Formats: sequence, C-alpha cells, structure tokens
Amino acid sequence: MPTDRNAENYESVLTGASGDVASFDEEDKGLFGRLQEMLHATPSLVPLIVLVAAIVIFGIALGSKFFSPFALTLILQQVQIVGVLAAAQSLIILTAGIDLSVGALAVLSSVIMGQFTFRYGIPPTISVMLGLTIGTAIGAINGWLVSRVKLPPFIVTLGMWQILLAANYLYSRNETLRAQDIAQEAPFLQLLGIKFQLGGATFTMGVLLMVALVATLAYALRSTAWGRHVYAVGDDPEAAKLAGVNVHGTLMSVYMLVGFICALTGWVMIGRFGSVSPAVSTGMMGNIQSITAVVIGGISLFGGRGSIVGAFFGALIVGVFELGLRMAGANPQWTWLLIGALIIGAVSLDQWIRKVSQ
Amino acid sequence: MTQTPILSGRGLVKRFGKVTALDRCDFDLMPGEILAVIGDNGAGKSVMIKTLSGALQPDGGQVYLDGREASFQSPTDAREAGIETVYQTLAMSPALSIADNMFMGREIRQAGFMGRWFRKLDKPAMEAFARDKLSELGLLTIQNINQAVETLSGGQRQGVAVARAAAFGSKVIILDEPTAALGVKESRKVLELILDVRSRGIPIILISHNMPHVFEVADRIHVHRLGRRLCVVNPRDYTMSDAVAFMTGAKDPPIEAVPA
Repeated sequence: MPTDRNAENYESVLTGASGDVASFDEEDKGLFGRLQEMLHATPSLVPLIVLVAAIVIFGIALGSKFFSPFALTLILQQVQIVGVLAAAQSLIILTAGIDLSVGALAVLSSVIMGQFTFRYGIPPTISVMLGLTIGTAIGAINGWLVSRVKLPPFIVTLGMWQILLAANYLYSRNETLRAQDIAQEAPFLQLLGIKFQLGGATFTMGVLLMVALVATLAYALRSTAWGRHVYAVGDDPEAAKLAGVNVHGTLMSVYMLVGFICALTGWVMIGRFGSVSPAVSTGMMGNIQSITAVVIGGISLFGGRGSIVGAFFGALIVGVFELGLRMAGANPQWTWLLIGALIIGAVSLDQWIRKVSQ
Repeated sequence: MTQTPILSGRGLVKRFGKVTALDRCDFDLMPGEILAVIGDNGAGKSVMIKTLSGALQPDGGQVYLDGREASFQSPTDAREAGIETVYQTLAMSPALSIADNMFMGREIRQAGFMGRWFRKLDKPAMEAFARDKLSELGLLTIQNINQAVETLSGGQRQGVAVARAAAFGSKVIILDEPTAALGVKESRKVLELILDVRSRGIPIILISHNMPHVFEVADRIHVHRLGRRLCVVNPRDYTMSDAVAFMTGAKDPPIEAVPA
C-alpha cells in the first residue's frame, strides 16, 4: 500500500521536539479566580471561613457575652454529640453512601451500656465495651448488606434506623435510668461528661474525644493507604477494584468503624445528659443533624471528595448559629432558616469550585 | 512451536445472560513477544482480556500462566502474579492525585516508627517514583505530580495509566487501546515504551484498532472474531487490508494460520 511507505515519516521530526516541562505565564485570573483555585485545593477552607465569619459577626453583635472562652467552649460541648456523629457520617458519605441509622444506633448503644450495667449487674467498663462491640457488629451488618448484597445504603440504613429505634424502645421497656443513680452506682458510664476548667474555658472529656477523633480520622484519611482507598472507592468503585483496591474490605471497615463511632457517641451522650433515655431526640434527628454538618462542611454527597475536618467545622457552624441566635434573643426558628440557606449555599459553592477543573 | 506460552487460555467461555461474549476461545502469548489482538467492535476482545487479568471469571475453560493452571479471582490476584493491565476505562480515581493513582493498592509506607505503628505513607518516595516514570514516558507536559487526575487531559490520563503498568508489570503487560486518546508524540512514546518493555524480556498483549501501530510493533497478530480466535498471523506475511478483511469476515483466514 502506498500509504505504508509514508506511515512513519511524519513522526521523524519528533527528535527535535521540546523536552522541557511545560510552563505557562501565570495569567492573572483576578481575585475570584485565585480564590476558586485555592478552594479547589483545600475544600475545608470554605466552612472554616464561614465559621470564622459567623464567630466574628456574633462577637461584634453580642460583645463579650458571646466572644468569651466560656461561651465558645459551651458551643463545643453542645456540638459534641453531633460532631462525633458527623465524623461517622463523613466516612460513609466519602464512600458515596449515606447512613440514616447513626443517631438510632447511638441511642441504642447508650441504652445497652446503661441497661447491661443496671439490669444484669455487669461492671460498667464491660458494659461500655459490650456496647461498643454491639455497635460495631450492627455497623458490620449495614456494611455487609451494602457491599455484598449490593443494596443501596439509603435503603439499608432507612430500614436499620426503624429497626434500631424500635429495638431501643422494646429492650429498654421505655425506661429512663436517672442521672443520680448512674453517678452513684456506675460513674464510669459518665466518664466522658467529666468537666475541667482552663482559664474561663470549660472542656469535657467528650469534647476532647471529639477533637481527638476528628484529628485521628483526618490523619488516617490523608496519610494512610486505607484513607486513599476510602476516597477511591467513593470516587469510582469499579476503577478502584480494577486498580487493585479491596472494595469489599474497605467498605466493611468503614461501616464497622462507623458503627463503633456511633456506639462511642452513645457513651458521649451518657456523659452529656447524665441519664440514659431511649427517647432522646438524637434517635430521630441524629441522622439529619449529622448529614447537615457534613454537607455544610463541603463533603460531596456523591462521594470521594471533601475532608472530615470540613464536617467538623460544619457541626461547629450549626452550634455557633444556635447559641448566637439564642443569645441574641431571636426565635429559634431563625436558626433553622439560616442553616437551610447555608446548606443550599454550601452546595452551590461546591459546584462553582468544581468548575476549576473544567 | 516448541516453547510453552507464558500466558494462555483454553476453551474460555463467558456469557452475560443470553449473550455469549467468549465462545470456547483459545489464546497464547509467547515469552518475549508483542502479541496484538485485533477484532471488530463487540468481538469480545475486552472480555477475553478481562478473563486473563482476573477482572472477570470465565464460565468455562482454563487460564494457564507459565504452563500452570491459574485462577485469578480478582485483578489483585493477577497483579500479584505479575500481570499488569491498562484498561480502556483506565481505572483511575479522578479526584485523587497522579501519585495516589499510580500506587493505588500497593502504597509505600514510611520506614521506621511512623510507618510501622501509624501506617504513614511515604508520599515523597511515591511522588519521586511517579515523576520518574512519567518523564521516562516523556509526559513532560504534566506540571504537578500532585494534581488531581481529573485536571489532566485524556491523553495525559492514558499516559499515567500506561506508566503505572510499565512500572509494575513483571511477567505480562496487557494494554487495552493504549494509544486511542493519545497525540502523535505521546503515541510514539507509548510505542517506544512497548518496544522497550519487550527488550527487557516482558511480553505484551496489545489491543488496538490502529493498524499502522499494530503492524509496526507486533510480532504476531491474534485476530478475534465472534467471541473466539479466528487466526494468528505474522504481520510480515500479510497486509493491513488482509487483517481488516479477516476480522470483518470479508475474507476467509489462511488455512495454515488457523490453529487446530
């Protein structure tokens, strides 16, 4: 064929091709363009900016009443339950799932820890460990149904939410363990409620646990192979599998870890409330509260993008709004109106940031 | 032929519902050769490759590696046996960096305390390695090894995937359409890389629609048609139009090239 003869000639000039690494004049994209690129590189900056802005605005409006170590650490105490749940929810959402059962599992775990101690006389340390174990096992069931049976996470956890809430009432016989009884007979259950002062600031063990948990998970997600696999599975499970990631193992580890963290939240709840009640609002609202924090924190509901630190900031933003507006004497409905606006705003901003790569 | 094939398949069958994608398909890759696999769209090339690389499990038939029966339950199994594959879909996570993607599933951990107890990854080492491999491939237009794969052009993505396979493959490298999205210069680099890998003694399976590329580098050409091997021809004995005629059924294959 005549074309064969010429087939290689056009490539012969390649010997003279440039071997330099490409470099371009940094085109001035303006303040907006640079901001967009910066946010693309560090997505948790957005919630951090909103958080700082909210603190500054409330600080100016309310003065030292709000802008004091006491009030600011009070926010930490108020968000500790949602903060820990949001850490768990972040992990699931990073794998492109969603967990509606987090709050119910936390309440059930707290009931298990309390009832095991008081009904069966099991030492509280053992009860707590059993509660954490059962939480992990329930997480494993969720994970198995999602990863092996291939059910959508929304459906699995919608069902599990109802099952756990009902089991929680059935098992506890709708009975509340009073704070004084726990303080007298099993103070270990309230361990995470222990308070200590630092200047004017008040911290609890639960707050420290939340901060340590977020820091540990942030490290694990960024700097270990497991963390990279969580992102890869959330991004594109098929590609991750072909690239050699154990997708099933990664999903199972995430759901079990989330079950464990939810049970840990149950323990935090005993510290925060003092008592153990099957009827606390976390059972019904914990899932929506944690998803709200995660979305405001800039984690994509489609998986694979975002940082857990962002979700922590998201939980704090909600806490700042709640306390600030309450101190300002506003109707509490304003909090939810603003949070709603923030959710829509956060997702719109996320879309805009993403355009940097197109 | 007296040599034993390094990788072979016998009577491979794969069905998806009522569709038969592989129909008692045979396959042989000899040591040190470049075997091109050509065939029409839907002939079952990709399915055959996936059964060889562990991404799919055949419903019947047997895969042999080095003459021994091999049963790859997952791509990881095949990779551990030394078979690296570049899939058409590239198998990359768009939101993760180039280095993350190159080392997906075989990350390097730091030496010493942090790596041992905190399982910390050795990012500098992985980045340096990734940068090396990309410059070997001549992918110099990539400016930042930490940029997310989604910010790369299609050709650059393919280059990264090929570099990943070339860097880790020890027994067999399978390339599914490696030059389809590449520019002239990058295609040339990939072809050079293929020849370079062969000179290191590692055989390559090259699936391609690009006849000039196939005829330039292949030692033998496996013509795939209707889910099975139609014939194997030597590119020096036949022209590109012959090959196209075989794979489309316009011409019957030569008797001597049809395996028993």
